[in-house]
Amino acid sequence: MGNRCAVIGIGQTRHAAKRDDLSIAGLVRDAALRALEDAGLTFKDIDAVVIGKAPDMFEGVMMPELYLADALGAVGKPMLRVHTAGSVGGSTAVVAAHLIQSGIHERVLTVAFEKQSESDAMWALSPKYPFQPPLVAGAGGFFAPIVRSYMRRSNAPLEVGMQVAVKDRLNALKNPNAHLHMADISMDKVKASPMLWDPIRYLETCPSSDGACAMVLASESAAKKAPHKPAWVRGTSVRTEPGMFAGRDQINPQAGRDCAKDLYAQAGITNPRKEIDVAEIYVPFSWFEPMWMENLGFAELDTGWKMVADGATSMTGDLPVNPSGGVLSTNPIGASGMIRFAEAAMQVRGQAGEHQIDGARMAIGHAYGGASQFFAMWCVSSEAG
Amino acid sequence: MSEPIRKIEAPVRLEFTVEAGRALTRFLSSIVEERIVGRRCPECTKVYVPARSSCPTCGVPMSEDVTVADTGTLTTFCIVNVPFEGQTMKLPYVYGAIVLDGADLPILHLVQGIPANEVRMGLRVKAEWTPPEERPASLEAIRWFTPSGEPDAPFDAYKEHL
Amino acid sequence: MRDVAIVSFANHITSHAEGDDVEMLVPVITEALRAANLKKKEIGFTVSGSCDYLGGRPFSFVMALDAVGAWPPIEESHVEMDGAFALYEAWVRLQHGDIDTALIYAFGRSTTGSTRDVLATQLDPYVMAPLWPDSVGLAALQARAMLDAGTCTEREMAQVAARSRRSKKPGPGAHTFAEMQAGDLLGLPYTTAPLRAHDCAPDSDGVAAMVLVAGDRAKKLTSRPAWIRGIDHRIEAHQLGVRDLTKSVSTALAAEKAGALGKSFDVAEIHAPFSHQEILVRKALGLAGDVEINPSGGALVGNPYIVAGLDRIGEAARRIHDGSAKSAVAHATSGPCLQQNLVCVLSEG
Ligand SMILES: [Zn+2]
Repeated sequence: MGNRCAVIGIGQTRHAAKRDDLSIAGLVRDAALRALEDAGLTFKDIDAVVIGKAPDMFEGVMMPELYLADALGAVGKPMLRVHTAGSVGGSTAVVAAHLIQSGIHERVLTVAFEKQSESDAMWALSPKYPFQPPLVAGAGGFFAPIVRSYMRRSNAPLEVGMQVAVKDRLNALKNPNAHLHMADISMDKVKASPMLWDPIRYLETCPSSDGACAMVLASESAAKKAPHKPAWVRGTSVRTEPGMFAGRDQINPQAGRDCAKDLYAQAGITNPRKEIDVAEIYVPFSWFEPMWMENLGFAELDTGWKMVADGATSMTGDLPVNPSGGVLSTNPIGASGMIRFAEAAMQVRGQAGEHQIDGARMAIGHAYGGASQFFAMWCVSSEAG
Repeated sequence: MSEPIRKIEAPVRLEFTVEAGRALTRFLSSIVEERIVGRRCPECTKVYVPARSSCPTCGVPMSEDVTVADTGTLTTFCIVNVPFEGQTMKLPYVYGAIVLDGADLPILHLVQGIPANEVRMGLRVKAEWTPPEERPASLEAIRWFTPSGEPDAPFDAYKEHL
Repeated sequence: MRDVAIVSFANHITSHAEGDDVEMLVPVITEALRAANLKKKEIGFTVSGSCDYLGGRPFSFVMALDAVGAWPPIEESHVEMDGAFALYEAWVRLQHGDIDTALIYAFGRSTTGSTRDVLATQLDPYVMAPLWPDSVGLAALQARAMLDAGTCTEREMAQVAARSRRSKKPGPGAHTFAEMQAGDLLGLPYTTAPLRAHDCAPDSDGVAAMVLVAGDRAKKLTSRPAWIRGIDHRIEAHQLGVRDLTKSVSTALAAEKAGALGKSFDVAEIHAPFSHQEILVRKALGLAGDVEINPSGGALVGNPYIVAGLDRIGEAARRIHDGSAKSAVAHATSGPCLQQNLVCVLSEG
């Protein structure tokens, strides 16, 4: 994986349903300035900018990096725009890490965003396109049949999805940047919420958020000059498989398993459940937490739900998952993957505040997209390794 | 002092003319004749419906047309209770993944003719075709699928499609 | 930096494509792999460039994956940019040293919609886009600024167009243009003054694929790899009012960082969708008088959005592959009035 790479600055906007106090440019700049402040730097110190977001139709701006060059201090610098569907926040950070690991740059600013209030994401995801009947109602409609398959295959009790929904919302109460702060969340409340895409209930789904996330990645020598403790990138990996093919395992896609395997090999991890202290995983619908526990090698096939049922993934469990509140509490789609990566880094830097997992040394960030077919992951540690 | 402007409306209207492509054109021109045409991959021998130009796993062109049945097995499904732009069905409605007999990949389509709460994995279904005179060159040529009355398929028969 | 070479390139540029994206891509990717003497499974990294707005649908790159057959799962990325930037991402990835091979592809169909209008949605959404200045109109403003500043003449612009049309013998499906002298072109009416039809690239459909190989393996696979001796890209401000449109400072900066300045080249492939932009880029690259410019005909004879930049680099590499050039510089651009530019220096050794 080349030269060492560290996270020396992290910034997030306050995520909300509607940030009408900020333009799109204002939103990304807000996150970028916070990351720069954390890194003790200004735009002048940055060598290159890598930006990611989900489909351009979400905001109605084609290739918005062109318009955002000014706001992100990218003028006169290299600027790249990544788009890998829902995994984009993660894969954008991976491309930025590559610019450091390859020895090309010293300090790279990476940013991901979505401003869902300025568009209709449901329309953008399910447009009336010729030759195709408009059946699938947004992402929830697409993933609901897969959730049903998982429930059938693993014989998981119905409560598991609701438990994840409650856990992540309780965690979000400890995260000031989270979009949803539902102090009165409970199993009963989730159960009583409307069944939108049966078997997925309203409170088992992610919200639509405006938000941005930014990180400053640095070489080893640049990290040594940073004012705060860095998070060291111990591995990055991306994997892709076709979204529809005969005999595909949609519940436990091989691309995700391969991606995790590659990641652990880079980080020298042989027992992920034991060696990883905290995981920030892309869970837009609550049932994806148990599914990804299996896919990431934390649980045997069809037993991921037991980790949830046993409380292993809660703040006090042996593998806390999404102490930030996760995508279920905050979902600026294009940024959601990068928020996972950033929150993982915040944990090993000890800067997660109230949702800090004590003594976290090794953490992973995870994102996926498309028909569970694009995966991006990284592993960060308090130790350079 | 007037209220600050927080939002402007800036409508975008763009028109596109989309090419169906050769493989999909083959499918669309058959479906108006009440035939469902897929293609078989020369390498992995899987049959893809609707016909597509290239095998998604092998990356090679598929040229052998295969007509599959208009009956199949519902592998998994979703009951939609949420309205969205462009949707034409009355809520709640069921759509699901249906593996047509002779095909190796499910298509997504509506399931009707059965109360939503009685729909189940493994249900055997049959296409209900629109009348020929109003049949579009689209999967909408099939209005929806309804129970065929056959016994449910066992889990093992369709689990590889989940 | 690790030595990386373009070992093969294939493209198909047409005035209007039949078939879907995958049907266009498969033969071109197959040809690029064949020419590189590599099998699909031997590719370490795959990266593509495409643009949702061009085809009016989200996730256009997802269906296109059928063209590579991403199974077993592959290491893959995608940029919502010209394929030239996908090439840059692949070049960066190969620097790590753990893999040696990369496949790059790009697809774009400018005839699906009215591309000059589609490109208006690329502008600042609050103050510029609502006015719908189209891409040709903005380029005309730039041409006017250059004419007024004396940095080019209408005759020079016509000479660029005349040369482009002479350079390229149209293949099957390509645009066809009458060969005309610059003087005759100047007699034609303005379409968006001061631009005439021949000053503006046509809307084309196209695909391109390229294979990169690092180190000694490149020499083993093909007899004449085109080595990437420098590659860099830079962006400038978006708001046209804060830029000097008569200069391309980002091209000059990228050229400096890529080591292109002060060098002599046999061939230059410049991505200029408008004739005056070629003149501007030529100056920014500091090209000597004897360099052969756009032997492929350039964007003025075939300009599939998203593909045309990668196509310039591929066409430059082709000249090294076939032995007709020892060195080349290639350029790709993105954004209104040359906002973002990439420069790539290629050499036979
Ligand atoms: Zn096949």
